[in-house]
Amino acid sequence: MAILEIQNVTKVFEDNLVVDNISLNINQGEFFTLLGPSGCGKTTLLRMIAGFTRPDSGKILLDGIDITDLPPEKRPLHTIFQSYALFPHMSVFDNVAFSLKMAKWDKSKIVSQVAELLDDVKLTKFAKRYPHELSGGQRQRVAIARALVDRPRLLLLDEPLSALDARLRGHMHVELVKLQEETGVTFIYVTHDQSEALALSSRIAVMNLGNVEQLDKPQEVYSKPNTYFVADFLGKCNLLPAKVIAIKANRITLCVADILEFELEMDSLNNITVGQSGWYSIRPEKVKAKRREPEDAELFFAKAIVHGYYYYGEGTLYIFMLENGTKVQAMLANYKTEQASFFEDNAQVMLSFDPQAGSFIAR
Amino acid sequence: MNKNIKLSEKKVLSTPPIIYLTILFLIPTIIMVFVAFREPGSYGGVAPLIEHIGNTNKINLTLDNFKFAFSNYFLWQLCIRSLYFSVITTVCCLIIGYPLAMLIAKSLKKYRDILLLLVIIPFWSCFLIRIYAWMIILGPQSGVSHIINYVIGIMGFQPVNLLYSSFAVVICLVYINLPFMVLPLYANLEKHNDDVIEASRDLGATRLQSFLKITMPLSLPGILAGSALVFIPSIGMFVVPELVGNNCSLMIGNLIKQQFLQTMNWPLGSVTAIIMTLLVLGISAIVAILARRSGALQYANK
Repeated sequence: MAILEIQNVTKVFEDNLVVDNISLNINQGEFFTLLGPSGCGKTTLLRMIAGFTRPDSGKILLDGIDITDLPPEKRPLHTIFQSYALFPHMSVFDNVAFSLKMAKWDKSKIVSQVAELLDDVKLTKFAKRYPHELSGGQRQRVAIARALVDRPRLLLLDEPLSALDARLRGHMHVELVKLQEETGVTFIYVTHDQSEALALSSRIAVMNLGNVEQLDKPQEVYSKPNTYFVADFLGKCNLLPAKVIAIKANRITLCVADILEFELEMDSLNNITVGQSGWYSIRPEKVKAKRREPEDAELFFAKAIVHGYYYYGEGTLYIFMLENGTKVQAMLANYKTEQASFFEDNAQVMLSFDPQAGSFIAR
Repeated sequence: MNKNIKLSEKKVLSTPPIIYLTILFLIPTIIMVFVAFREPGSYGGVAPLIEHIGNTNKINLTLDNFKFAFSNYFLWQLCIRSLYFSVITTVCCLIIGYPLAMLIAKSLKKYRDILLLLVIIPFWSCFLIRIYAWMIILGPQSGVSHIINYVIGIMGFQPVNLLYSSFAVVICLVYINLPFMVLPLYANLEKHNDDVIEASRDLGATRLQSFLKITMPLSLPGILAGSALVFIPSIGMFVVPELVGNNCSLMIGNLIKQQFLQTMNWPLGSVTAIIMTLLVLGISAIVAILARRSGALQYANK
């Protein structure tokens, strides 16, 4: 099932541990994302898969075959570079045909295969153009066609959309997911953009300081972060200091920010003991605010006052202050008229949230 | 070119180079062409343009210099030899200079300036002194001479004289011109994007294929610039053949110098110089047209 196995791979650059003993499996047909801040080792890991960098230790297996020592040209996978890396002295056609020519395909087969790929990325009319005559989005599509033309086992994408403007990036998201589904090629996508990672991936590996902090489906990574770093890196998050004060079956009782107390159901109680401190993480959009106490018994309530706000259009991010001064962010949808859903500064409100919508992160 | 600069400003900006080129290039060339049609003077220089013979004025303009030059076997022999030496020099400079330029361009940034300095350092001493140094290196008493003659002696050949030969001329031409090949090549190679090379490897090209299909075509502007900078000065060189060459390695520059300074035939010297200039122009034009037709430079202005 696993198409790519990374086993205990380590890389050191000038005394810097860039990739620290990483092991992970990537499944056939996945859209797998390596997400992390710059310098977390995600690009180095990608370059080791591509064969541009040799790991100091560990193995990389593709379809069960050890490719650790193979040069890049012998690996049945292609990379899409951040700079696109198109060949400036070749036409679009010759760029896309490059790998087929290297593999010594028949001329007629090359022509038909390239034509098919150019049709897929809607660049048929541009076959005779040179890269410097194309727009950024078109160059991007040439790079994609060039990398997919010989149906590689794996496609590695190194922050491929970071040079495009926001609107074009949105278009490319849709096209990338479509291409991935149509071709069935396994994608490994490197990005530092968390919303991109959440929107595109079937699984995400969140990386920090050369380690994989969490590997899971986007929904899980986002709503149940394992570590402080993951919670903090993936979008806005309330990270409130918390302490375990009781454990009963699979439920723990938390004391959050010294004044809130509620119970939390846990999937596992591994390494959790009474008295353990950590954080309670809950996303701002999971927190609601009303002027009066609502009737829903499922929810947990806390009194707060409005400390400040940022208007985003589709919602407003409020900073609320609990009675002891702890700040809590809440993203409130502007679902009524702007005036009706607006809280003025220092307004008294009642915050409410489902404790289960957040998670406890042990220190 | 910045599009914001107005046309009038462009004219002002281009005045100094125009004046410079007019004084240092255009006027001397016109004088040279004019002299080519004059009669040689009895004691050097040119005969007076208008000569009073009795009551008639004789205008001394003639095509004889051209007729003589075009029918002169020796002159054409020197032309062909100059071309031959220059082509060999250019090719040798390319073969030696390309790896050197590549090495410098690929080295760590902090070492690059030092390496470039090493390429330029020979310019700090006089060109003649450096040729004299080569005369010592290639001279019959030198270690190089001994080793080479020993080796070819084993192979059963008679000893040879390295100095005062065509071999010495080409060696010195290559030595003198090498930096002019390395610098433009370096300037080009240094700009290459590593991603593009990696992309070619990623798409199935071996190291060699990647060099032949990507690096080399992309460095063509540098190759052409370097070749021009080596080829053009080589063809008119006269000091090198004079110092380290023999009778059979004289070049067209020697003939021009001889006609001006020894035989004192300025008009014939001018004709020879014009032929040389046209030769260089013609070859440059052919190369430029070929390069443009191959599309090699289309991306250069990107």
